[in-house]
Amino acid sequence: MTETPVSTAVSTPAAGATVRCTYRDAMRAAIRDAMRRDPRVFLMGEDVGRYGGSFAVSMGLLAEFGPERIRDTPLSESAFVGAGIGAALVGMRPIVEIMTVNFSLLALDQILNNAATISHMSGGQFSVPLVIRMTTGAGRQLAAQHSHSLDGWYAHIPGLKVLTPATLEDARGMLWTALEDPDPVLIFENGVLYNMEGDLREDAGPVEISHAAVRRHGDDLTLITYGGTLHKTLEAAERLAKENIDCEVIDLRTLRPLDTDAILTSVSRTTRAVIVDEGWRSGSISAEVSARIVEGAFYRLDSPVLRVCSAEVPMPYAKHLEAAALPQVETIVAAARQSVRGDG
Amino acid sequence: MSTPAQAAGQMAAAKPPASKEHALELLRSMVRIRRFEERCVELYSEARIRGFLHLYIGEEAIAAGAMPVLRPDDPIVSTYREHGHALARGIPMNAVMAEMFGKVQGCSRGRGGSMHLFDAATRFYGGSAIVGGSLPLAVGVGLGERMQQRHTVTACFFGDGAVAEGEFHECLNLAALWRLPVLFLCENNRYAMGTSIERALANVDITAKAAAYSIPAEAVDGMNVFAVEDATRRAADAVREDGPRLIEFRTYRYRAHSMYDPELYRSKEEVERWRDRDPLLTFPAQLRASGYLDDESTAAMEQEIAREIDAAIAYADAGTLEPVSDLTRFVYSERVRA
Repeated sequence: MTETPVSTAVSTPAAGATVRCTYRDAMRAAIRDAMRRDPRVFLMGEDVGRYGGSFAVSMGLLAEFGPERIRDTPLSESAFVGAGIGAALVGMRPIVEIMTVNFSLLALDQILNNAATISHMSGGQFSVPLVIRMTTGAGRQLAAQHSHSLDGWYAHIPGLKVLTPATLEDARGMLWTALEDPDPVLIFENGVLYNMEGDLREDAGPVEISHAAVRRHGDDLTLITYGGTLHKTLEAAERLAKENIDCEVIDLRTLRPLDTDAILTSVSRTTRAVIVDEGWRSGSISAEVSARIVEGAFYRLDSPVLRVCSAEVPMPYAKHLEAAALPQVETIVAAARQSVRGDG
Repeated sequence: MSTPAQAAGQMAAAKPPASKEHALELLRSMVRIRRFEERCVELYSEARIRGFLHLYIGEEAIAAGAMPVLRPDDPIVSTYREHGHALARGIPMNAVMAEMFGKVQGCSRGRGGSMHLFDAATRFYGGSAIVGGSLPLAVGVGLGERMQQRHTVTACFFGDGAVAEGEFHECLNLAALWRLPVLFLCENNRYAMGTSIERALANVDITAKAAAYSIPAEAVDGMNVFAVEDATRRAADAVREDGPRLIEFRTYRYRAHSMYDPELYRSKEEVERWRDRDPLLTFPAQLRASGYLDDESTAAMEQEIAREIDAAIAYADAGTLEPVSDLTRFVYSERVRA
């Protein structure tokens, strides 16, 4: 597969002032920054303007940039996603916000049949420099139709790039790099992350979007995850450390193209892998990661690759049932113990 | 809004050609599309063209009449029945035929085939093969053009089948709401594959649907090239000044939906009735009556077109196949955009 290298200044860690902010604030700062950098950038979606965004990400942007560039749309997912594709085709840099991944299914035809195909189908004459942002994931008792985790499902589609920012730095930095990319990029923002608070460098800026990141170094076992389950996985790693199981935690960051090298490098060294994925197990991105480990590092493994995924049910409303359906710190810890010691 | 009777009235009232040269150019465009597709049928039978091949035969007056009215910088968004649109727009016949042959010299490098003709040079944003799926794209092209202060009209061709799709309704609403410079051109050939409009639409008057979204619309005889030309010119002018318009061209396809179907869904009598209105019969007759056309000039035109088609076939035949090593090129762009 031909991947286009992205020439983007990558922010380097440096000592300096930080600002206390949430993931939501970081995402808003990213949109504001992009709007200021490039007059071709505009934001379009349901309730992004006057309402301030269903998750308050775009709060205040209408006042700053006006209704021509912060465009409230009717509830017509297919029309406004397609409109983003068309506007991108003729030179704009649209950011389309789909309120949640659940509603993106109403625009799937546009994403799959138009955005993902036009470059190849036209023999490279046209490209679609479009960014689509959407909220994803469960954990807020929103039941079956508002709790999908389809990030990995979209990663099945050639022609798209799929990003899953899980940290403040990535929430702040992935958008601009995605806008500079000549092809359609989907950004999945896990709904449980919006209120996550932390310190972000004041000069935080664009980050590269082609590589996974090691969020915790360790020698005994590689835990591989992305998006909303990153923080549960890091918590599990801390608990496991108390049992003298030293985990490496890989945040995939980008589900397509998948950073196979980072996965294989880590797993070849630790010789064990557990994949944590909020998606359903069958046909999931965790299945893909597992397959790549088996293809590329089979003889380095000391135990079978294990997975912690969501139970294969439509997400239930009741709190205890929803919790039971999702990957949890306890289930991640249990899988790690099984991987290392052969017990649960 | 007009009724079928009014549409027929417009046909009778259509002005005679302004000039002999112009009238003959329109005829030439229609004959060129018809003969091209007739040769494509032969090539399909010889298995030199494969995949789906949706013929425009019967509907040529629309492409021939509408396309020259649009400006070279007006973007075009089309359907999978788009050979006529592509040729009338000015995509070289060589490149269209090479595309049919799956050759790298094709207008989509052999990646699209009959249903996906693309051409950046003429702002032809593709044949699209999901019914209704290109309308959102056209709305976005119109939006992008306007946001960049380009005073273009985005012409969006679609068929009556698309009218039953939700995307049609979403897009008419959005285009009207934002007053986007989009010209919706519905080629109503009365059948969505094998389902007649009477069996698909509770109200078969497509202009009424446009009216529901506050889009001025007109029904036009799609078998009359002058009526098509006149209506498209007026509508395009209005779009440039004032926002979206819709034209419903009432037309008919004489061939199967794709290359072959048993045509169980319509009677031979119905097809024959429409044959009487074939623009490739009625228009030459009109031009002969006006003294613009005779046997000699007809033969010369046919020969010239046949030579162009022969040359296109030879070009496509001589074309090269893209190396398999290039299979995944263009899945992602090779250009990094500024």
